[in-house]
Amino acid sequence: MTTVVHIPADAGSVAVGAEWVAVAIAELAAARDQPVTIRRPGTRGAFWLEPLVEVETPSGRVAYGPVAPTDLPGLLDAGLLDGASGHPLYLGTTDEIPWLASQTRVTFARCGVIEPLDLDAYRANGGLAGLERALAMEPAAVIDAVEQSGLRGRGGAAFPTGVKWRTAAEAPATRRYIAINADEGDSGTFADRMLLEGDPFAVLEGMAIAAHAIVADTGFVYIRSEYPHGVRIVEEAIVAARTAGWLGTDALGPGRAFDVEVRVGAGAYICGEETSMLESIEGKRGQIRPKPPVPAISGLWGMPTVVQNVVTIASVPPILAGGPAAYAELGVGRSRGTITAQLAGNIARPGLVEVPFGATLGELVDDYGGGTRSGRPVRAVQVGGPLGAYVDEDMLELPVDYEALAEARAMLGHGGLVVFDDTVDMAEQARFAMEFCSIESCGKCTPCRIGSVRGRELIEQIIRGEEVETSHRLLLRLCDLMEHASLCALGGLTPLPVLSALRLFPEDFGLAREAAHVV
Amino acid sequence: MWSELRDLREGVDLGTPPRSGAPVKVEVDGVEVTVPEGSSVMLAAMTAGRAVPKLCATDTLEAFGSCRVCLVEIEGRRGFPASCTTPVAEGMRITTESERLGDLRRGVMELYLSDFPAAELQGGWSEFHETVAVLGVDSHPYADRANHFALPIDDSNPYFLFDRAKCIVCSRCVRACDEIQGTFALTVDGRGFASKIVASQDEPFLQSECVSCGACVQACPSHALVEKSLFPEGYHRAESTEA
Repeated sequence: MTTVVHIPADAGSVAVGAEWVAVAIAELAAARDQPVTIRRPGTRGAFWLEPLVEVETPSGRVAYGPVAPTDLPGLLDAGLLDGASGHPLYLGTTDEIPWLASQTRVTFARCGVIEPLDLDAYRANGGLAGLERALAMEPAAVIDAVEQSGLRGRGGAAFPTGVKWRTAAEAPATRRYIAINADEGDSGTFADRMLLEGDPFAVLEGMAIAAHAIVADTGFVYIRSEYPHGVRIVEEAIVAARTAGWLGTDALGPGRAFDVEVRVGAGAYICGEETSMLESIEGKRGQIRPKPPVPAISGLWGMPTVVQNVVTIASVPPILAGGPAAYAELGVGRSRGTITAQLAGNIARPGLVEVPFGATLGELVDDYGGGTRSGRPVRAVQVGGPLGAYVDEDMLELPVDYEALAEARAMLGHGGLVVFDDTVDMAEQARFAMEFCSIESCGKCTPCRIGSVRGRELIEQIIRGEEVETSHRLLLRLCDLMEHASLCALGGLTPLPVLSALRLFPEDFGLAREAAHVV
Repeated sequence: MWSELRDLREGVDLGTPPRSGAPVKVEVDGVEVTVPEGSSVMLAAMTAGRAVPKLCATDTLEAFGSCRVCLVEIEGRRGFPASCTTPVAEGMRITTESERLGDLRRGVMELYLSDFPAAELQGGWSEFHETVAVLGVDSHPYADRANHFALPIDDSNPYFLFDRAKCIVCSRCVRACDEIQGTFALTVDGRGFASKIVASQDEPFLQSECVSCGACVQACPSHALVEKSLFPEGYHRAESTEA
């Protein structure tokens, strides 16, 4: 009898040697006349355990990790293929690893469990139930369900998904489009990548449900070029879905076509902003379009277009399958459902944590993340990507909730948490925020195009101790200008990390705490 | 010479192209005005005689929203929308002047001036100079700084030249080439601070797909693109007194 062994094939696991582990297990097992079947799912997101090797046993999957190829002879001797417990890398039954077992996996339920292109496994694990349910409903009822679930956009803006769909559905038009934003450019984020590489059918199923709801016939998945594995897997998933008949000519019923195309970005952070992404999909320079009109009214080629982040759209099938009430039951306040936090930076246990909204930042950083990797105290956490605010240790009590974070002058963004220990220089981090903006600005509006460069220069002057008071005053005024006069969120939010660093860590800028007076 | 150029301008630039929708009534600084649906707030303000400062907008081109000096306040809306890209809505109450708006506009202008050769501010006339005067800003507070003053002049075209040091990257030339002439010879190359206007694949104008129609020259608000005939003695950059 052949033993089934699962080894992740996502880019993150491959980067730490999963490919070598897969090859080595096959060879070593063959040499021992122990037949194995290697399966390559995506990752479950426990990156601190990658490469995570899972062995199927009568009592479920048993995990070992992190496994290096050199560990394998010892692991096989210790009974790896029987799921034996005698090795230091033995982690027990995968489903009982506390880090995973304590999570609420709704959107990521299948990620890392099944092979991404195995449509039978997808169905067997709850896939397509949402689409089937949706197709049995009137489009308007589907929109009602999404609205009742309380789902909000996970790309960063947290706009209510149902409202967006209703706007697009009600906008008079001859055609409508679905555009999925997989240009995941925030430093320290990887939730979109995990889904693209680990559960692409969930993305396509969500798109098909949206297409039914707003009556669209074409969808696009805009994937950053830095995700070549994701591009390949989504393209193959599209072909598989067409073959199975749930994409293509009669996807949504007889004569009701819906098909999906992949568009690959060219390495611009700004194309993760929805209007720039639409320009790029149309084959133009990735440059911000002014709003209004919002894309739901005038998007691709002037037609109503529902733009959603990967995590948002992949959350739609389970909402339809399990009913909106079950999803809305999770969470706090106006933040319903689950948040997929991505732990990165100087952290002991990096990875993806899906939990209901309301968990505190501290629970994520300390309980799941295990504190810093360096073992030194946590000094700052940047929440919400390179445009997100820094929080200090006291603020780790804040719940993960859009409104609560906004009140504390922070934002959740796409859910990235980048942790820094007490060796971090926050003036340098503030400088970097401006530099990042100056590099990634589309160059259209002046506050962002010139302001970010001036901001970097002013912070450099402060760091060099030149005209500190004047530079500081100018910097505050410039931040106010960028926040209120920029065309889009790139220029508008860059002051957030700068001002939070100034407010919480003035000593790093050579400023007295009273002198920082950032309001 | 500059005064000749000033005198050549006729009529009022409404900032954004006219529309022909149903009448919409709005209030600009207390002045009631009716404009066709689809018109911009800027057009309504201009029509009401409440001119809003502008640089990237002109009524021969579609609104673009890049310069950010035309910001206004609209009752019931958050923030400071650009009047050029915001369409009017029935009953809208618009404020074009306030201390806050003045601060923001001057802040934007200072950023422009920090990348505009100071010597070129003297004696010249262009929409850029006019806006500088309207906002009452003639200097900026930024010390050592990156700039584009040393970029070369493209004088390959027999009729006009392009002095990149005076370019404010408003894309009016690019849009004129696209929307008026339909030649698509110009584009913005690079991004962020490195964004620059180029002809074709960053070629000299004469060797590019440019057909020398002059639409870009007419559209340029800062005379970075300017006719050579204005300089019978040859074009020279103004001597900089700055370090």
